[in-house]
Amino acid sequence: MMNADMNAEPMRRTILTAANLTKAYKSGERELTVLKDVTFEIEEGSSCAVVGPSGSGKTTLLGLCAGLDRASSGTVSLVGEDLSPLSEEELAELRNRYVGFVFQSFQLIPTLTAIENVMVPAELRGETRVHRRAKELLEKVGLSDRLHHYPTQLSGGEQQRVALARAFVNKPRILFADEPTGNLDAETSDTVEKLLFDLNHESGTTLVLVTHNLELAEKTDRIISLRGGMVVSDRLTESRSLVSQ
Amino acid sequence: MNWGWILQMAWRDSRHSRRRLILYMSSIVMGVAALVSVRSFSDNLLHSVEQQAKILLGADLAIRSNSPFDPEDEAFLQSIGGIQARQVSFSSMALFPTQQATRLVQVRALRGEFPFYGEFETEPASAARDFQSGKLALVDNILMLQYGVEVGDPIKIGNVTFEIKGRLLQIPGESVAFSEFAPRIYIPETFVEETGLVQLGSRVRFHAFFKLPVDFDADKLVEATDEERERLELSADTVSERKERFERQLNNLDRFLSLVGFIALVLGGIGVASSIHLYIRQRMETVAVLRCVGARPYASFAIYLVQAGLMGILGALGGALIGIGIQRLIPLILGNLIPLEIEQAVSWGAVGQGVLVGLGTALLFALIPLLPVRRISPLLTLRSDYENATGGKRDLLVIVAFGLVGLALLGFSLAYSSRWQVGLGFFVGLVVTLGLLTALAKVTMVITRRYFPSGWQYVWRQGLANLYRPHNQTVVLMLAVGLGAFFILTLYLTQVSLLDEVSSFGEEGRPNLIFFDIQTPQKDELRQIVDSMDMEVLQEVPIVTMRLASVKGIGVDELREDESYGGRRWALRREYRCTYRDELWDSETLLEGTFAGRNDEQIAEVSLEQGIAEDLDVKIGDSLTFDILGIPLEARVGSIRAVEWRNFQTNFFIVFPTGFLEEAPQFHVFVSRADTPEKSAALQRAAIQRFPNVSAVDLSLVIDTIDSILEKLTFVIRFMALFSIITGFVVLTGAIVSGRYQRMKECILLRTLGASRPQIRRILLIEYLFLGIFASITGIVLSLVASWAIVYFVFDAVFIPEFMAVVVVLGAVVFLTIAIGMSNSRGLLEHPPLEVLRAED
Repeated sequence: MMNADMNAEPMRRTILTAANLTKAYKSGERELTVLKDVTFEIEEGSSCAVVGPSGSGKTTLLGLCAGLDRASSGTVSLVGEDLSPLSEEELAELRNRYVGFVFQSFQLIPTLTAIENVMVPAELRGETRVHRRAKELLEKVGLSDRLHHYPTQLSGGEQQRVALARAFVNKPRILFADEPTGNLDAETSDTVEKLLFDLNHESGTTLVLVTHNLELAEKTDRIISLRGGMVVSDRLTESRSLVSQ
Repeated sequence: MNWGWILQMAWRDSRHSRRRLILYMSSIVMGVAALVSVRSFSDNLLHSVEQQAKILLGADLAIRSNSPFDPEDEAFLQSIGGIQARQVSFSSMALFPTQQATRLVQVRALRGEFPFYGEFETEPASAARDFQSGKLALVDNILMLQYGVEVGDPIKIGNVTFEIKGRLLQIPGESVAFSEFAPRIYIPETFVEETGLVQLGSRVRFHAFFKLPVDFDADKLVEATDEERERLELSADTVSERKERFERQLNNLDRFLSLVGFIALVLGGIGVASSIHLYIRQRMETVAVLRCVGARPYASFAIYLVQAGLMGILGALGGALIGIGIQRLIPLILGNLIPLEIEQAVSWGAVGQGVLVGLGTALLFALIPLLPVRRISPLLTLRSDYENATGGKRDLLVIVAFGLVGLALLGFSLAYSSRWQVGLGFFVGLVVTLGLLTALAKVTMVITRRYFPSGWQYVWRQGLANLYRPHNQTVVLMLAVGLGAFFILTLYLTQVSLLDEVSSFGEEGRPNLIFFDIQTPQKDELRQIVDSMDMEVLQEVPIVTMRLASVKGIGVDELREDESYGGRRWALRREYRCTYRDELWDSETLLEGTFAGRNDEQIAEVSLEQGIAEDLDVKIGDSLTFDILGIPLEARVGSIRAVEWRNFQTNFFIVFPTGFLEEAPQFHVFVSRADTPEKSAALQRAAIQRFPNVSAVDLSLVIDTIDSILEKLTFVIRFMALFSIITGFVVLTGAIVSGRYQRMKECILLRTLGASRPQIRRILLIEYLFLGIFASITGIVLSLVASWAIVYFVFDAVFIPEFMAVVVVLGAVVFLTIAIGMSNSRGLLEHPPLEVLRAED
């Protein structure tokens, strides 16, 4: 499937478009521009890392692209939908249908067990028989014996694996990951990274990864570098170049 | 909206917090309990009235006159038929010869089988019927206990000495409490004349009671004989009228108690809002995650609304259960004020109403902190910027929710008030009190923060700083605890000030003993008795009884029919007890005209008290015609006076100048002073033994009576206030538990930094100490202001800020706050930090 896609690369559709995105905040009397005139497109099925130093606007960009925040100017188009005219209700529905998330601080719901956390996005869609799928996903991330544990009873790595399973339960078209290994030690990071890319490849999901870990970024197809809220470089990585060749 | 998922999420999310949520919602428990118990009790009472209505009157019909029934009256009474009984009642002194004690009592001389419904409860039981067979009397139990009198002892009423045949325990239709104010003595009617007490000028009531055939409609008869009765000056009372009156009084009592109970519910509502606010703050990340994965704004709001609703139902049901239990206590609280036997049953209407009002209050107050949930941004998953998490702009729906809370409070206040003005007053009072408590709490905090000595030890500074930490609940805590202190102290200080005011009437040199019903021939000898006991008659006041015949030249009968008459009709009908003298007294102030004193013209220039002048709709120069035992007397309004009614002497609506009434039939009042209770008792005894028709009232009797009334009243209010006080402490517990997580993190941090357990314990202790002090100061300050305002504006008396009461309230509130605070913080220090952190969510 992946190979077929790769061979048909020129035919790939754009899943995410950011056009002249600007985001400014009021800070007292002053206006603070966090993102300035950012424009790029991401193809469906590809993986892309957004890198840059702290304060460069990476997380802001991710929030805007995922429909979690609204731009001061410019547009975001996700899965063919322009996000700007959508209401909060419509944005929520769009996220539920097409988007998956993985966060640096895991963001599991502390009052739900591991399997309940995984089931939530599907249940939100009104699906009733999700238990089996959630269980399979948790087995896939190696947590078959932790189904009924609460987040506080799991280690950081385990929590992030639950978050991965949750991100994929709705078979999202695009996955946004914000520093997914930022809170993990090296060994655990490797496991989580591997799972992230494996699941991504398996399901053909587009991956947008925000990180300042260049080693991790190099594992994606493309790297967009931000500095001071502006795109300073946008390049294909070696892995993508190799595949392309 | 996917309600199935919402319910499921609400259930799952609450798993670790149910005990906490129940605690939050238990804030409304006591409020609901108060409403259910009061309403259930009055439902039961109304049911009892329905069952025992005839007992309220003791007869099917009662007809009353202020003068003895003459042959024409008798003919009218006989025409009604049925079984009849007669009663003559009047106030008089009773003398207990064995104890050498006297007391003003209400004498009821009975002939016939009254009461026809219900029975006199006496000890021995047979005395109820036997006492009419000789010179025998039934004496109020309270009076017998007070003077240590036994059955078989003598009691002298006027010229007749009766043997006490039995203790009077209960009179059907009358409350036992009433007997404390005017103890009742029943004697056979045959001996009334012999007592010599029914004379000219005595206030005597004559009753005829009827037992009528089952199908006889007494109300119809009363309506049909209206004109004839008016001509004969006979008033009538039927079972349905008495029942209606009783129900109206009961309704007023029920509404009043419900309003006092409602304060507990409002306080509980504030507690719910405050706890839910903190609860939601801890749920913000969860909501943000849900929003991220696709939950719609209103769906995430609905999850917590469902939780609040379910807990609200539990709280309200719990409150209803407690209310049903407490309902059984209310007869003990009000018992001797209620003249009926009350059947205890659960009133499902009351339970339903209480549960609905409780749930409504919980939900409305919960809405305020819950509505922002729908504005929690999913962006919070990426940035933990709480301040902007719910959007910076003002939320219109939250403003609407505040408005709804206000409307609901106003609606309840109006629904539970007899008049809209009272409801509005209660609503404004409640809002102002809560607002002032909040403002005072904030001011106290600001002042303390600004002027707190920075050189104090670390534990003191840390303990105090805990009250200012971000997202503290100090104001709510102070509101909850302060309201309790406010309630207790206001009731107490008002009571103390009023009693002190009455006691001050009897200060050095001022009168404290009044003799009345003195006949003209008795005057001189009674004065000698007073003199012989080294006391003096401070005032001698003649009293002439009369009625109005015409006002401004128009006959009173005509005026009463006249729609355009601007005065009050009762003022035309009433009997006037007037005096005559040539000077104004200290208690009187001339407002208009000139006080005639003495004039020798044909027309008397009378002085009217300002209230009665308004009620009669007359001004200076208007003419009045009085009827003194059939003899007309022309008068003209010469002056209008203000009278200071609250003093221990006689006061009059109408004062005549000298020169007109000296020859009219009259009786006299002596105002005197006895320096000791013993001297007062000795003088009363000597006077009554010589002149049994003379009655005496001393100030201590008045003080005892007022004390007894106030005691009963404040006891009932205090009982209802207890609900608010308990609610205050439940809110306190809820708030402490809500802040536990934050507090725990601080404790763990401090312990990590090397703080010992005793140090942390001291920090907590100091925090609760200050909280208790601030809360009680807030309550005390407001209470001093409120009780001063009540005493000064409502009762026009001098406010006494009793220092000891303030100290006791301060100490008690501080102690309870520390006790509750420390007992809820216990677990924080007993376990290793990590274990505690993992146990809490």
